[in-house]
Amino acid sequence: MTPILELNYVTYAYHSKSGETYALSDISFQVQEGEFIAVIGPSGCGKSTLLSLIAGLLTPEKGSILLNGSSPQSQKGKIGYMLQKDLLFEWRTVYRNVILGLEIQHRLTKESRENIEKMMKDYGLWRFRNARPSELSGGMRQRAALIRTLALNPSLLLLDEPFSALDFQTRLSVCDDVTGILRARKKTAILVTHDLSEAVSVADRVIVLSKRPAKIRRILPLRFEQPELSPFERRSAPEFRDYFNLLWKELNDT
Amino acid sequence: MKRHENLPDSQSAYLKKLARRQLRIRILRILIFVLFLVLWETAARLGWIDDFIFSSPSRIAVTFLSMWEDRSILLHTGVTLLETLASFGIVVIAGTGLAVLLWYRKELSEILEPYLVVLNSLPKSALAPLLIVWLGANMKSIIVAGISVAIFGTILNLYTGFTETDPDQIKLIRTLQGTRRDALFKVVLPGTVPLLISIMKVNIGLCLVGVVIGEFIGARQGLGYLIIYGSQVFKLDWVLMSIVILCIMAMGLYALIGALERLYKKRFG
Repeated sequence: MTPILELNYVTYAYHSKSGETYALSDISFQVQEGEFIAVIGPSGCGKSTLLSLIAGLLTPEKGSILLNGSSPQSQKGKIGYMLQKDLLFEWRTVYRNVILGLEIQHRLTKESRENIEKMMKDYGLWRFRNARPSELSGGMRQRAALIRTLALNPSLLLLDEPFSALDFQTRLSVCDDVTGILRARKKTAILVTHDLSEAVSVADRVIVLSKRPAKIRRILPLRFEQPELSPFERRSAPEFRDYFNLLWKELNDT
Repeated sequence: MKRHENLPDSQSAYLKKLARRQLRIRILRILIFVLFLVLWETAARLGWIDDFIFSSPSRIAVTFLSMWEDRSILLHTGVTLLETLASFGIVVIAGTGLAVLLWYRKELSEILEPYLVVLNSLPKSALAPLLIVWLGANMKSIIVAGISVAIFGTILNLYTGFTETDPDQIKLIRTLQGTRRDALFKVVLPGTVPLLISIMKVNIGLCLVGVVIGEFIGARQGLGYLIIYGSQVFKLDWVLMSIVILCIMAMGLYALIGALERLYKKRFG
């Protein structure tokens, strides 16, 4: 099976007057269709840079990135990106926030509108369609941001610590919620996080990065005896602790 | 008041206290104004001050009524108002346009920055005589004088507001495959509307200042002209009446922008 995403020896450096800072060096991995990957690493190690490269917002210094066999720049619209903040615009209603991507790409058709309506109904947002984002709860806001991303029907989703701005309790339920939606839609996703337990609770494989310049320390596949556990259920599964400890050691071994 | 009946005593007491405070403030405001008028009038009548120089509320009222009858006050007020609104409109449109241009071409903003800073801090009243010589003693140069007072500050403030847009919001537009144009129209401009309104509040007053300065130097009509002419022929009733009208005009124009702001807030939270 050909991977949906393939990184080969990707290296990236930031340039400034005082010199260049290597953020990533020789990153190689593959992602298969339908996989859920978590990327963890110490803060400031270049995790977000990795996502920007995959999204085609940055171009690698060395190495190559192949999305469906070609460069990310030529595959625009195939990638959905969710950022840390939900970034819903207060001057738009919830509905008009959700259609933002379609509006920008001039893809607002009767069909895409129906698709949006269905998703908003499925995820309990339809009755808030004319509300302002500030009237929504934190969880509902993340759902709106997710629908905004899914509306473009991306084949790969990049999640840049999408839950880290939420308080712990909301975070657990929103994480369950969002990953549940993504799994149900069989979406391929890469989640960047600094939260080990979050990584273990959602991912099929965890990629551990080292300190800057980030190299891959380890790629750890997660196998749970009981399949199809929700992130919250995984947290009480017997394997959870072992994986958590393994990753903890991996991150702290320097 | 009906709603208050169901509230606990402490809450309704608090609300009553609050309402009494509001009322007190309002009464005192009006009282100061009335006292000022009474004192002025009495001082003039009793000869404490020379009413030929200091005028008096009644003399101002009489002057106003006589100028109302020959419609000349309508002309002067109308001219000043028109010039102010024209320069204000041009400042808002041109200022926004130029700030957008600077945001689009970052290098241009870096090149022009020192010029804008100098032009902004230059006392614009120094320009007014030049404008009259260059453009002639007509409405055009007075409108330009009004513009010159407000435009540079508008550009600088708006541009700064544009650059302070949350970079993540712009990143979001990029991840949705939007262009810089999309970022401008979907994020930067709508996000700076509150700033634009507060800049407008300052500008409407500045434009009035610029227009009056312009009228001082080169006009045959307008309240600024009336003030200068009145002071030259020692008709200080005209001067003081014009100042009163300018006060009312400034208040009215400010209230107009305030209404605009409330309208915006009502629609957008």
